[in-house]
Amino acid sequence: MSVVIIGGGQAGLQVADSLRGGGYMDNITIIADEPELPYQRPPLSKDYLAPGKKPTPLPLRGGSFFADKKIELRAGVAATSVDRSARTVHLADGAALPYEHLVFATGAANRVLACAGADLDGVHGLKTLHDAERLHAALTAARNVVVIGAGFIGLEFAAAARAHGCEVTVLEFAPRPMGRALSPAMGKWFTSAHAALGVRLRLNEGIDHFEAGPDGHVGAAVSTIGTSYAADLVVVGIGVIPNDILATAAGLATANGIVVDEALRTSDPAILAVGDCANFPSVHAGTRIRLESVQNATDQGRHAAQTILGKPAAYAELPWFWSTQGGFRLQIAGLSAPGDETVLNGDPETSRFSILCFRDGRLSAVESMNSPADHMAARKLLASSWGPAPEEAATPGFSLKTFARESLLGSTQ
Amino acid sequence: MPSITFTQPSGVTDVVTVQDGTSLMRAAVTNGVDGIVGECGGQAMCATCHVYVRPEFADVLPEVGDDEEEMLDCTTAERTDRSRLGCQILASADLDGLVVDVPADQV
Ligand SMILES: Cc1cc2nc3c(=O)[nH]c(=O)nc-3n(C[C@H](O)[C@H](O)[C@H](O)COP(=O)(O)OP(=O)(O)OC[C@H]3O[C@@H](n4cnc5c(N)ncnc54)[C@H](O)[C@@H]3O)c2cc1C
Ligand code: FES
Repeated sequence: MSVVIIGGGQAGLQVADSLRGGGYMDNITIIADEPELPYQRPPLSKDYLAPGKKPTPLPLRGGSFFADKKIELRAGVAATSVDRSARTVHLADGAALPYEHLVFATGAANRVLACAGADLDGVHGLKTLHDAERLHAALTAARNVVVIGAGFIGLEFAAAARAHGCEVTVLEFAPRPMGRALSPAMGKWFTSAHAALGVRLRLNEGIDHFEAGPDGHVGAAVSTIGTSYAADLVVVGIGVIPNDILATAAGLATANGIVVDEALRTSDPAILAVGDCANFPSVHAGTRIRLESVQNATDQGRHAAQTILGKPAAYAELPWFWSTQGGFRLQIAGLSAPGDETVLNGDPETSRFSILCFRDGRLSAVESMNSPADHMAARKLLASSWGPAPEEAATPGFSLKTFARESLLGSTQ
Repeated sequence: MPSITFTQPSGVTDVVTVQDGTSLMRAAVTNGVDGIVGECGGQAMCATCHVYVRPEFADVLPEVGDDEEEMLDCTTAERTDRSRLGCQILASADLDGLVVDVPADQV
């Protein structure tokens, strides 16, 4: 008996931890291609980049965790192929590991720009500790920063670069920032919020190409409408591609990620997939999705461990997410969809409000700005089958927290 | 450097020396203290770094911030008047000898 986990990120470590927590006694091996002690990614675009501080990575688990829990961490070596008939994983260093259960927790890779100049010095992505180290160093000297893509990571970076006193331009092809994840109303609010931070957010304007300066380093970013922006540091944040190549090569079903069932098993029941790389059926979305969040990685990690321990169940955890951009603290519970009806609670002028999203009259998601109480109430409500009707949520003085307390107390009586 | 004691529900203790300015959450996670998770990386967004501070240290702690206050309402283990988020308490000489109890559950 043994479990092999490919990927030493948030999801992979959680599988290992939850297996031990659930009483699994046999060998557990984590194969991690990154050389460092596994670390948390979210701080890399936030605290880690703050000016005037010596950045230190935040580990996912302490160094003693692996020995204490008898989990073998093979860091700095990639898995290169999976032989399903022999139930063996082959590693780049020539080792071959047999498995009873295999878990893909391989995450996702940054999408790269294909335009001219995208390979110039000074054009970066942000995914790994190594990326963040380079960016932290570059920020101290940078003056003109251009960010490609107004997604979460791009805008978090933009806010961090403003804190370093840089001029910051964000080019976004779409008409709204964070359009994939946020309601139009919240997107609009963020557009003005970033303007107030001094970020020049250019919507409906993509990148056409980069031009080199006299030193061969990036010097300018030229947009799709022909405007040239001075740039000595560029960060590209245009989304990710799931790391599913190994799974495809092993003959597993993949389609925007590794396809899993409700117990997180792939098309081979001895093999599971969790986190950013997994395409799973979501009861909250009503369809198959892939999510990139800490919640998804940890909850799926815990769930997959239960499947391996012989207790398969349908994964149904509520998605939630956060992002901090400058002083703006966004929390999202649930999944909104284009066309959801929205109701505003609180006053956007105070930067403390929530947007409640409804689909077919039922609460589908809540986006909270600097309002953790609303967020936590929303998490409880969305995880239960209770929620206000849109008309009720729109009555003056409505409080999601009070509603949650009253309705959830009532439901348990 | 201040030393902080984390006491588990089982009674087992971990004594950790913490650099000034480092949060109790980061210190606990880095030193492998069981039961402190820190899923949001210290942003007061997840409440998985909940600790109970021994009453004799109540006076030396910084005030509970607004965000911390709201998140503390939603801890998995019961909130008491000793509840704090470990990520919001930064170590300093004043906190030397601090003892905190780790709750049984964080998620
Ligand atoms: C800068 C940044 C900021 C973020 N901020 C937030 C946030 O504020 N809130 C939030 O909820 N989420 C945030 N996220 C997303 C969150 O960090 C991810 O969703 C989460 O880390 C996913 O965990 P994972 O284990 O699925 O993948 P990962 O953490 O990416 O881990 C996968 C690991 O597998 C390794 N790997 C891949 N292939 C192989 C192979 N063949 N052999 C060995 N190893 C392999 C990869 O190198 C990687 O180390 C952020 C992400 C980034 C990059
Ligand atoms: S680490 Fe998330 S609230 Fe403290």
